[in-house]
Amino acid sequence: MAPALPGIALVPVAGAVPAWRAEVDARQWRGGCEAAARSGGRLAALWASDERDRGCGLRVRALLALYEGLACLELRAAEPMQSYPDLSDLYACAGRMQRAARDLVGVVPEGAADARKWLRHGAWRQDAFPLRKDFQAEIAEEPDRYAFVRVEGEGVHEIPVGPVHAGTIEPGHFRFSIVGEKVLRLEERLGYKHKGIEKRFEQMTLADGARLAGRVSGDSTVAYAWAYAMALEGLTGTRPSARALYLRALLLERERIANHLGDLGYLGNDCSLAFGFAQFWRLKEMLLRANARLCGHRYLMDQVVPGGVACDLDRAAAKALTEEALQLKEELRNLRSIYYNHAGLQDRCITTGRLLPAVAARLGVVGLAARASGHAFDARAHPGFAPYDELRPNIASHRNGDVAARIVVRFEEALESLRLQRAILERLPAGELRVPLGAASEGAFGLGWVEGWRGEVLVALEAGAGGRVRRCHAHDPSWQNWPALEHAIMDNIVPDFPLINKSFNLSYSGQDL
Amino acid sequence: MYKILKQIARVGIVSEPAPQADERLRLVEQQLAEAVLRHFRRSLAIRHVDAGSCNGCELEIHAANGPHYNLERLGIRFVASPRHADLLLVTGPVSRHMETALKRTYEATPEPKLVVAVGDCGCDGGVFGESYASCGRVANVIPVDVAVPGCPPTPIAIMQGILTAVSAARS
Ligand code: SF4
Repeated sequence: MAPALPGIALVPVAGAVPAWRAEVDARQWRGGCEAAARSGGRLAALWASDERDRGCGLRVRALLALYEGLACLELRAAEPMQSYPDLSDLYACAGRMQRAARDLVGVVPEGAADARKWLRHGAWRQDAFPLRKDFQAEIAEEPDRYAFVRVEGEGVHEIPVGPVHAGTIEPGHFRFSIVGEKVLRLEERLGYKHKGIEKRFEQMTLADGARLAGRVSGDSTVAYAWAYAMALEGLTGTRPSARALYLRALLLERERIANHLGDLGYLGNDCSLAFGFAQFWRLKEMLLRANARLCGHRYLMDQVVPGGVACDLDRAAAKALTEEALQLKEELRNLRSIYYNHAGLQDRCITTGRLLPAVAARLGVVGLAARASGHAFDARAHPGFAPYDELRPNIASHRNGDVAARIVVRFEEALESLRLQRAILERLPAGELRVPLGAASEGAFGLGWVEGWRGEVLVALEAGAGGRVRRCHAHDPSWQNWPALEHAIMDNIVPDFPLINKSFNLSYSGQDL
Repeated sequence: MYKILKQIARVGIVSEPAPQADERLRLVEQQLAEAVLRHFRRSLAIRHVDAGSCNGCELEIHAANGPHYNLERLGIRFVASPRHADLLLVTGPVSRHMETALKRTYEATPEPKLVVAVGDCGCDGGVFGESYASCGRVANVIPVDVAVPGCPPTPIAIMQGILTAVSAARS
């Protein structure tokens, strides 16, 4: 059933995702978003495109996650300023997405409080917009100036960190304003890894785009590849077999387990429990090696392909995975009891880095971080989402919102993924691994929506002429969750930052694009 | 505590024999790995710089520090500052927004300033290539001694790359 938004005629978007779209004017844009916010909807993504060549000007799209599914509102920005009504008062997470859309396409959110740039540093000029079709790449050596918010007061001082960090971490800049050891404010500045992914898509065929989608954020390669495949299958009217869908779920759950194991190891390490690091990374390595045996890639890259999957499972492989899962379950339970009973670790994690449920809701936080702050939504649980409608995942959640809660959710989700894996192996239906894709007509539009280990990954894809990508927007859950880290660190001490940061473990690459 | 000790005793040591330097990965003339670890007085300090990766290559660098590969037992440590580093391990295509930071990190690194570029992206720009936002391969921005292909390269391939660079530095 289509969601009801006042005065907006939504039409269905073909594909596996329950989704609708509508062209709107500025009044409907605001009205629709207000109605969605009132009924508990979320802003899932916001992006802009250059559609002047087809007489549609510059277009902004807001993707709303509603009870019924996704609704995509499409608004032509108003000449001469290319402006559109700001949404950041309704959805706090809109702020950075709107700033990015301005940097890349030149659309201006009218009345937005924060007009600073976001993804642009010095690589292109303020009046040039990389995602416009007539963009000429020239190397602008513009000095990169950015006005950080200053915290004034007696004894306040700043600690700037990054972009190159002290460990093996992705680059980004953090500016702490502190008094003594206490953090008053953290301001993030990201965009260092911006490497032009969305523009790159536009030089590719729809089929080749899958490889790039799987590299938007390498730790979530299965989630992205699946979301991309889902979008492409939707717009070409292709239906992958039940077997392919089950195998995709198997890969997605293995990706979730691998990342949770790695994070649990590092979270122990950050609490000076090096034992935890060694134990969890031993288990993770076992899993990665089994992945390599299963399909030739430790992180399962390029295994989900448009139309199906690139790997299969015979009886012997299924048996090996079942045995591995049994052992992993045993080990995980054992380590869980050690973590939960370790006084030092609990002392560091309980009440540290709290993200209160109300703040999480206000910020539109998603995924694991949302579930650890009392909001148990998960795209896998959406009705009719094959194959999860048959697998029925249990959604882990916790209300405390602290580092300890995010540890609990990771343990629970890893164990649940092992259970799902067993269910998948038991019921794996027969069917073709990969079916040929239907034809993509120019202008066809598709959406992909997959719950990766970090949160929901979205892909909006539009076909161009001759089987090429006209526009592809890939959305990482980190867009919503990075601002939450700024809140979770407040009033904590600086030395706890690495621990709190790790408990969220957000993607820089995924949001920098 | 008892449970922790029991787990440690049960699992034992899982570290595996270290790989040998791989001649094929070499961009520069070289020599053998072990001798050169001696050249670095058995202690090689590495600074990792992510210049714009998809974060896949980082996963394998982390794994190389895990118990199976256990880089530290070879005398290889990851350090927090380039000023303490003998070798830079650089991942990703170099985004234009990281170009300056990478150059500065390179300048801050004392001799011998070895550089190992990790992954297909580091070798040739990979799937991201060169664009308004990407400088492409690492060698387009700073001198590279060894480039390790793979997407991402396995921990063993990364270790071989490091050993190869170290061997080369000696001659
Ligand atoms: S080589 Fe592959 S894994 Fe490494 S950064 Fe590039 S795309 Fe990611």
